[in-house]
Amino acid sequence: MKTTDAPSVKASQPHDDAWSGFQPGAWQNAIDVRDFIQQNYKPYDGDSSFLSGPTTRTEALWSVVTDLLAQERAAGGVLDADTELVSAVDSHGPGYIRRELETIVGLQTDAPLKRAMMPYGGVRIAQKALEAHQRMMAPEVADIFAKHRKTHNDGVFDGYTPDIRAARSAGIVTGLPDGYGRGRIIGDYRRVALYGVDRLIAGRKQDIAATDNLPFSEEWVRQREEMADQIRALKALVTMAKAYGFDISRPAANAVEAVQWTYFAYLGAVKAQNGAAMSFGRTSTFLDIYIQRDLDAKLITEERAQEIIDHLVMKMRLVRFIRTPDYDQLFSGDPTWVTESIGGVGEDGRPLVTRNSFRFLHTLHNLGPAPEPNLTVLWSEKLPNAFKDFCAQVSITTSAIQYENDDLMRPYWGDDYGIACCVSAMRIGHQMQFFGARANLAKAMLYAINGGRDEKTGEQIGPAYPAITGEYLDHDEFMARFDAMMDWLATTYVKALNIIHYMHDRYCPEHLLMALHDREILRTLACGIAGLSVVADSISAMRHARVRIIRDERGLATDYEVEGEYPAYGNNDDRVDSIATQIVATFMGKLREQPIYRNAVPTQSVLTITSNVVYGKKTGSTPDGRKAGEPFAPGANPMHGRDRNGAIASMASVAKLPYEDSQDGISYTFSIVPGALGRTAEERTHNLVNLMDGYFTEGGHHINVNVFDRETLEEAMNHPEKFPQLTLRVSGYAVNFIKLTREQQIDVINRTFHSVR
Amino acid sequence: MGPETIGHVHSVETCGTVDGPGMRYVAFLGGCPLHCQYCHNPDTRCQSNSTPRTAQELVNDVLRYRNFIRNGGLTLSGGEPMMQPNFVRAVFRLAKEAGIHTALDTSGFLGELADDELLSLTDLVLLDIKSGDPDTYREVTGVNLAPTQFFARRLDALKVPVWIRFVLVPGLTDDAENIRAVAAFVATLENVGRVEILPFRQYGRSKCEMLKIPYLLEETRPANPEDVQRARSLFATQGVTAV
Repeated sequence: MKTTDAPSVKASQPHDDAWSGFQPGAWQNAIDVRDFIQQNYKPYDGDSSFLSGPTTRTEALWSVVTDLLAQERAAGGVLDADTELVSAVDSHGPGYIRRELETIVGLQTDAPLKRAMMPYGGVRIAQKALEAHQRMMAPEVADIFAKHRKTHNDGVFDGYTPDIRAARSAGIVTGLPDGYGRGRIIGDYRRVALYGVDRLIAGRKQDIAATDNLPFSEEWVRQREEMADQIRALKALVTMAKAYGFDISRPAANAVEAVQWTYFAYLGAVKAQNGAAMSFGRTSTFLDIYIQRDLDAKLITEERAQEIIDHLVMKMRLVRFIRTPDYDQLFSGDPTWVTESIGGVGEDGRPLVTRNSFRFLHTLHNLGPAPEPNLTVLWSEKLPNAFKDFCAQVSITTSAIQYENDDLMRPYWGDDYGIACCVSAMRIGHQMQFFGARANLAKAMLYAINGGRDEKTGEQIGPAYPAITGEYLDHDEFMARFDAMMDWLATTYVKALNIIHYMHDRYCPEHLLMALHDREILRTLACGIAGLSVVADSISAMRHARVRIIRDERGLATDYEVEGEYPAYGNNDDRVDSIATQIVATFMGKLREQPIYRNAVPTQSVLTITSNVVYGKKTGSTPDGRKAGEPFAPGANPMHGRDRNGAIASMASVAKLPYEDSQDGISYTFSIVPGALGRTAEERTHNLVNLMDGYFTEGGHHINVNVFDRETLEEAMNHPEKFPQLTLRVSGYAVNFIKLTREQQIDVINRTFHSVR
Repeated sequence: MGPETIGHVHSVETCGTVDGPGMRYVAFLGGCPLHCQYCHNPDTRCQSNSTPRTAQELVNDVLRYRNFIRNGGLTLSGGEPMMQPNFVRAVFRLAKEAGIHTALDTSGFLGELADDELLSLTDLVLLDIKSGDPDTYREVTGVNLAPTQFFARRLDALKVPVWIRFVLVPGLTDDAENIRAVAAFVATLENVGRVEILPFRQYGRSKCEMLKIPYLLEETRPANPEDVQRARSLFATQGVTAV
């Protein structure tokens, strides 16, 4: 539906008092965005009929963007990249897409889709990334970093032990953030809108003063230095906004300013850091308060409100980082994880759904589907039914939404947490994480069998424990060896992560992001595992069938033959689901025993991103019958083709995995053909709602919902030009299907698509 | 006859969305006296590849999915569930005791084996009327139409809610007279909550190949939306609304 152009509200039209009309509360005296939200938001339990279509401005601007995106694809993935200017919060002058059409402004560099140069994570990697796209870093920049400025990556390799290097090359630990920004930190960007930067600087000055008389320790002086740097970053943010003609030193006074201020804060973050995941937080209900105030005062119309959000989302869709081909293999499809968390329920039981929750999801209609922002619905049984129905409808038509269990997370993280990246919850502004990629448990299992030798190269990578020598795998013998190998893996892995985050804090710190946090925060060390279903099925095979070992001429166990049937994970069968649960708890227990940098609390995820394909490639045949090189299942999914009792049984297996032992999230990707969701559109909607209510009631943590016919994907693989916006969910994020490598496309297509039987 | 009654269960589908209202646990029971040309589950015709389970075991398994099937329920399908009436009765009794909605997916051919008690435990019958013309019915299924029609009238008399299903196979069941005959019959019933036209798909082919069963619809094209629309119009001529 098309609507007429909304009259443009001049940005410089502040209310006399930016807070006029707001309910007072503790938020006025201390930085407390949550309190502001709780005092002021108006829950909405109606349906989607109030929503507006795109304005003509939105359509015009989006068509410019669509064009740019097509050019970017045609250019091989990168349209342009800065080679001269090292990116920082205020490094570039203003950049526009089409100035007269933009309601919300601000780009990472001076032109849309021109990627910024960020060498602090690792100058060599920044150079390689440029070279991969036929560009060279300006010699003077290269020179400075070669001679005068050490980067994160250099620091990490100074710290790495031979053991860690070997584990890394063998692929038993992979994807570590040792050469790029670690990301997964969410600044509370809302603070800039609510308080203005001056107030935040004043607050930080008080924080510094409060430590003046504390005794010296390294942590003490580090924190003082960091806070001083954070103040500089905030000042740089003001400078950046000023270049666009805005004064964000004061609070936002109306809806468009609140969105613009919040976005500027985020923009500062993605100009300064190329973190793997640079998430947005939980802004929709916060922003609704401003929008509703302007709607009530008849300063804006619903068309205008939607336009503001549509334009914000367009900006979120344009965030880019330049990456190396290795990185692209692991995290396929150029993701940035601009994750926005929507909905959920407050601690007082009121749903946090507002009209703006609908507006964010509605961008998928107004602008068409897209992988970013990574729209994440925090699901609760108590969400209003009309909102649940709307989410399900949008999922069915766009496959662009992921869902996470608010009822499960609220007791851990309160009601103002956001999701970083895919599944990592954190209290916004009070908590950050040290991203830890993941360890390959399937490979650890093979090391346990081969006495620490790599099943592919034969090299001694793990400790030289005795190898298993029998013809058949003995379950008890194996478990003892596996346990010892997991001890080694946990130690090696966490040591690597400690080194990484020590160096990242030192050489590639996130000052602006941390300026938008409290002074004292909770840090988690977000470890992860890959290959869970392979391990569970392998152990099940040893226990319930017989597994014969096939050795090569080097005496290495390189293949396995399963004799008989075994219960496979994904069938709601406790005989094997309990194995998966046990593995998660066991490895978490080992992580908890490790010494950890900066008193971070270790957590764990069962999440692979798209690295299930790469990990599979690096891992030999496994005792579950999986052949060398075959992909793992993504995240916590059962291996494809092994779930025989239908989608719900598969979900029920995944839902058993304990969140208390994987507080960094448990990712599950569910793909179903439309016909298998029900006969009519209405039935499909209701069935999908039921399915999510059921899954989350069972304790499931996360679900990606894809509703597709296989044929559509096959068609898109062969005729990508016809499907520029085809989006689907992979592990914890969404991708443009046509941007995946062919190998990954095939993996997606081969995976279980639940269909009618 | 109680919870220990043993039935032959071929397989289950925990995410059933097309066999009755809402999300359903569908148990496919082994054995069928019909040999429908378009059968999409030919592997359930005999009981040899089924697993014996007690009614209690099956219902215990269903209850593990309680949170998912709150607005749906349990469907017994097949095969032909009425090959095992004692088992169906025992399962439905346990399901009703647990507050689970029960649906019976049947051709009606063995309807006489469903006693009144069994039907009193059945919330919904999904009655597959494969053809309105007796000769076509025999060609499609290998058996007579009359028992199904008799069963349908009995359900009507007992006021057991029924959804009628009709599989639309181009060149086999899509003759206008045949469809009108189904519709005319359905129009005489007062207990029909819904009429579903199921467009033919080539789901059965691969299973037949695997089972080395002759498959007669190799050349048949799937029914398309236009076919379904045409069938819907033919139903409408008899005052029956089909989805």
